[in-house]
Amino acid sequence: MSEPILTVSELGVGFVQYAGGLRTRTVTGIAGLDLEVREGEVLAVIGASGSGKTLLAQAILGILPRNADVTGEIRFRGERLTAARRRRTLGREISYIPQSVTNLDPLMPVGRQVRIGLDPRTARQEQRRLFARYDLADEVAGLYPFELSGGMLRRVLFATSVRDTVRLIIADEPTPGLHAEAVAEVLRHLRELAAEGVAVLLITHDILSAAAVAERVAVMNGGRLVTVESASAFTGDGDGLGHPFARDLWRALPQNRFSAGGVEWHW
Amino acid sequence: MPRLVLLRLLRLATLLIGVSVLAFVLVRNSPIDPVQAYIGADVNITDEQLARLREQWGLDRSPVEQYLAWAGTLVQGDFGTSTLYKAPVLDVMGARFGASLALMGVAWTMSGVLGYLLGVAAAMHRGRLADRVVSWYSYTLSATPTFWLGIVFLVVFSVWLGWFPVGLAGPQGVPATDVTFAQRLHHFVLPALTLSAVGVANIAMHTREKMTDVLNSDYVAFARARGETTAQIFRNHGFRNSVVPATTLQFAYFAELFGGSVLAETVFSYPGLGSTLTEAALGGDVPLLLGIVLVSALFVFTGNLIADVVNAATDPRIRRRA
Repeated sequence: MSEPILTVSELGVGFVQYAGGLRTRTVTGIAGLDLEVREGEVLAVIGASGSGKTLLAQAILGILPRNADVTGEIRFRGERLTAARRRRTLGREISYIPQSVTNLDPLMPVGRQVRIGLDPRTARQEQRRLFARYDLADEVAGLYPFELSGGMLRRVLFATSVRDTVRLIIADEPTPGLHAEAVAEVLRHLRELAAEGVAVLLITHDILSAAAVAERVAVMNGGRLVTVESASAFTGDGDGLGHPFARDLWRALPQNRFSAGGVEWHW
Repeated sequence: MPRLVLLRLLRLATLLIGVSVLAFVLVRNSPIDPVQAYIGADVNITDEQLARLREQWGLDRSPVEQYLAWAGTLVQGDFGTSTLYKAPVLDVMGARFGASLALMGVAWTMSGVLGYLLGVAAAMHRGRLADRVVSWYSYTLSATPTFWLGIVFLVVFSVWLGWFPVGLAGPQGVPATDVTFAQRLHHFVLPALTLSAVGVANIAMHTREKMTDVLNSDYVAFARARGETTAQIFRNHGFRNSVVPATTLQFAYFAELFGGSVLAETVFSYPGLGSTLTEAALGGDVPLLLGIVLVSALFVFTGNLIADVVNAATDPRIRRRA
């Protein structure tokens, strides 16, 4: 069995808010979440907006807003992911492919953005190689983000995340706004990375993409992990799905039964 | 491009006409009579002499005629003669402009460099002590009238501590040509400090806001997720994204700078363009007043023009749009 790269246990994320005067209250973002991603595996996390998917990514990367309160444990390759350990591993062993193309610096040529974090002596060469891998022309390196199309920017974001030393890639909604072909390309790139032994955590609300690319699909709702299903069960009427919420989610899709759901299960 | 230049020149011309008409109307309707202001308390003047003076200055003609006569000679490059100094307006302004320029130059540089650094420091330590100190300073100084701050500085540094002279650009009773550089500098410090203190506050406040936006942006969040340190984030993204608006602001700041210098110079009796403007207004010296108004309008216009050009030249989103 392959080595677990990322192990999340009993993760909780709460937000401290002021509720009038000096009284504070805590709003729950994520509660009691357990998750494991193994070497060479794509694990998809699906759920509606507000289900806590992005918070999960931010908690792993340590980029939550300042008023967030994190409990539980996150382990990377067996060791606790502390602030000090993040400093050593982020950008080297752990990569992040963000949700939006506004994550690129608008005033820096994209080539330079890809070279950040690379060894300065070989950075240019390495960046050319990455551009070639993601089908970007050499001249593109000198362009600014506003001069590139949405699809090209996605590929640039991929190029920023691929490093020889990377063991875990967290991709947060890498597909919205792309046409079908571009989506297929993004998914193919994720599969490629997994084939190289990287653990991929794909966060998405697109069930079809998740089922197409992942081995396992984790379903989140209201800050909790509802179930982890095998991706192959997302087919037909979804009778192979273990949890009723996953079945409802699958059957609610227009191309399936388009049903309202909620009849066979109760919280 | 030539069309753009032409458009700018046209805008400048209409601006100068508008400003001069407005200033002229205001002076005409001010309670100060130029002739009375000119002769002052001299009682040995006859009514006949007064009338002749009015006629010689053209005050007996209609306001429109007066304005057109002034504008007509102006177009030929003649700004007229100052009634207070009895010298060509251009010469009077030329002698004062240098002093004002030094004052504004120092304040401009100080506020640009120091204001930017303080603003950046505050944004990067938002909510902590450094931020609170800078914010407190900025809000307090921005809410402080320049002339009042000047008076406070005079009271503290000149009267109580005795470190600096109370006013003027050199020691009293010493001919301007005999004033040494050290003496000039000694007289220069307080007005420059007054003007700079207010400027630093404004620039620091704006930079803090801009830098906070940058630090809260998606691209900085991404940079953090890529393991960039705070220093790297500033070097790679913070400086790049905040220096363009800061530079634009810095040039657009010319207007406030000139307004501030009028007040600071008046408080310190510092013989620059600003204090001369006040003098000209109180002394009913219409040609000198209009001359300074035009020069200052040109000065502010130039600042805004440079701001536009710098902005277009440094921001790739504007530069490469062509």
